Amino acid sequence: MDLTTSRSTLRQLHTHAARNGEPGTVTQTQEERLAKGLGWFGIGLGLMELVAPHQCARMAGLPSGHRPLIRVMGLREMASGFGIVTQSTSAAAVWSRVVGDMVDLACLSAAFLSRRADRSRLTTTLAAVVGATVLDVVTAQQLSRGVKTRNGAVRVTASTVIDRSREELYRFWREFSNLPRFMKHVRQVDIHDEQRSHWVAIGPAEARIEWDAQIIEDLPDEIIAWRSIDGAVIDQAGTVRFEPAIGNRGTVVTVDMEYRLPLGTVGAAVAAWFGKDPSQTVKMDLRRFKQIMETGDVITTKGQPAGREESTSWKYDRAVR
Amino acid sequence: MKANCWYGKRDMRVVDVPDPTILNRHDAIVKVTSTAICGSELHLYNDFVPTMEQGDIMGHEFMGEIIEVGPAVKDRRVGDRVVVAFPISCGHCFFCKKELYSLCENSNPNAWMAEKLFGHSPAGIYGYSHLTGGFAGGQAEYVRVPFVDVGTVKIETGFTDEQVLFLSDIFPTGYMAAEQCNIQEGDTVAIWGCGPVGQFAIRSAFLLGAERVIAIDRFPERLHMARDGGADTINYEEADGYDLLMQVTGGRGPDSCIDAVGLEAHMPGPLYYYDRLKQAMMSESDRPIALRQAIMACRNGGTVSVPGVYGGMIDKMPMGAVMNKALTIKTGQTHAQHYFKPLLERIGKGEIDPSFVVTHRMKLADAPQGFDIFNRKEDGCIKIVMTP
Ligand SMILES: [Zn+2]
Ligand SMILES: [Zn+2]
Repeated sequence: MDLTTSRSTLRQLHTHAARNGEPGTVTQTQEERLAKGLGWFGIGLGLMELVAPHQCARMAGLPSGHRPLIRVMGLREMASGFGIVTQSTSAAAVWSRVVGDMVDLACLSAAFLSRRADRSRLTTTLAAVVGATVLDVVTAQQLSRGVKTRNGAVRVTASTVIDRSREELYRFWREFSNLPRFMKHVRQVDIHDEQRSHWVAIGPAEARIEWDAQIIEDLPDEIIAWRSIDGAVIDQAGTVRFEPAIGNRGTVVTVDMEYRLPLGTVGAAVAAWFGKDPSQTVKMDLRRFKQIMETGDVITTKGQPAGREESTSWKYDRAVR
Repeated sequence: MKANCWYGKRDMRVVDVPDPTILNRHDAIVKVTSTAICGSELHLYNDFVPTMEQGDIMGHEFMGEIIEVGPAVKDRRVGDRVVVAFPISCGHCFFCKKELYSLCENSNPNAWMAEKLFGHSPAGIYGYSHLTGGFAGGQAEYVRVPFVDVGTVKIETGFTDEQVLFLSDIFPTGYMAAEQCNIQEGDTVAIWGCGPVGQFAIRSAFLLGAERVIAIDRFPERLHMARDGGADTINYEEADGYDLLMQVTGGRGPDSCIDAVGLEAHMPGPLYYYDRLKQAMMSESDRPIALRQAIMACRNGGTVSVPGVYGGMIDKMPMGAVMNKALTIKTGQTHAQHYFKPLLERIGKGEIDPSFVVTHRMKLADAPQGFDIFNRKEDGCIKIVMTP
């Protein structure tokens, strides 16, 4: 089975957002394309430094005794290049390249002081490395920034394995009033009837957001899908599915969610919830769901003693707890 | 209550903090009777571990008496005397059921951070940065113990605190390190680092049937204690560890190698400065000098066991040696709870008395001085036990 394609078809959600935007696979953002390009460039450059250090040294204006150094730099370059090409979220990889660039700069500057160095060529090389560093910094910054959206919609998928039966998990989730126990931002869910429910969420600065949602699919012990009704302040759809884990290891719970960010303060609040990595919020929600189902409690450190006046836990709580 | 708190690089202070309370249904509150400083806490002390916050209470090796239990606690009662395992484990998840307690999926509220760094999160750990949950530690008069049914071993009378305290960490850690070597009759085990974990690894290797143990360090008192445990010793400042190991093993190398040093390794030579430099430039977080040598020295088809703590990235990992020599690398935070019963039995039978490792006894109020002399390895300091 081709997992790549089977998974993406699995996640075809027919939400408002998908209807408005381009259905199908998520397109690469420009930042990602730039990062990938830089990655391949790094691998190429690294390979060259590795197999032809002599020529590289000459091109760079380094004295010929620096062959091992060039090789090391080449390996480093290739390693971070591979890091970028293979990682899906490459901000960290590009940042690590920035650090590597710094090392190269330091090495080149040191070589500059060597008597046998070809100063003019070295200057060109230095300039090139500085340029590459700047490009890396810019790309890394772009990648680190903000929520990635596709036509304004945020899409999140997360899954976890829980050592409980599908029936138990489905039953707990289907009782929507349980959801605030593990969904960080959801304060309250009131059930109107079999299909309809009213959701209250609290954002940063205590901004209160309310909307009505309806169930669009409900297969006992297997799947629950819901979405906000037309005209709701937040355009949101989600699916949770419960599948038996192979090897009798309980149940794989997978959540797919899609949000179209509204404009204005509500949109800002929603965006702030999700922080830099929207899937993290859902992942942590699922983790807490697992904690409740496996241990009966959401484990916390809130309220424990520390030798400080003010809690610093907000740093770690932000968007996740 | 009084607690020893972290305030920055080499800045510990004993201050007044509120008493702990029950926060989860499986919690208990333990009144601490003895607590120790662990070598791995020096990484926090020297500020090598990110996500420490000013005021965090230190300590993951402690024992005491239960004075309060939460509503869901089943097997522990007020008045029980217990030793607490340093990893916090729920007892219900996939890993806990396999007794891989340090990999508990449910005990780290900050799992998302560790996931970014490691791909997956290990269990929560007391007093060991917010990356492992930000749990308040046991260098205090009282401590909250989550999942107390799973995380503690009950101690009946007949043992002193010092005989059983190290079940919390260093004894099982040294033991697991040796157990991972799958020691066979006639085996030689080489151990880098003769700190407390190294000392327990030496004795555990013999308990598990090693023929010969070779211990490597540079501090005379540690090498002395290693020889007391039956090991042959190498002072790596006086001789090249690799060369000497080859000489005494007929060039074949030790059957298994234990890195009980971790990320702040020290060793003479340019590689040490290479790693120091890269660490200072934040492009390498750990210094894997002992690990590299252990890999190079280990015999073909042997095992490299790593109880030493690593936190991030290393450079120049001799992967070619690992692959071409068909080495097995085994590592992990200790599944301390798994070793509670068998090790308590060994102590009971008199096969080992863990109190041998204690060199310093002091009051909790003196914890900052304790960290200072332990960090400088002054005054022959190997293990410090504190009482409130
Ligand atoms: Zn420890
Ligand atoms: Zn667990």
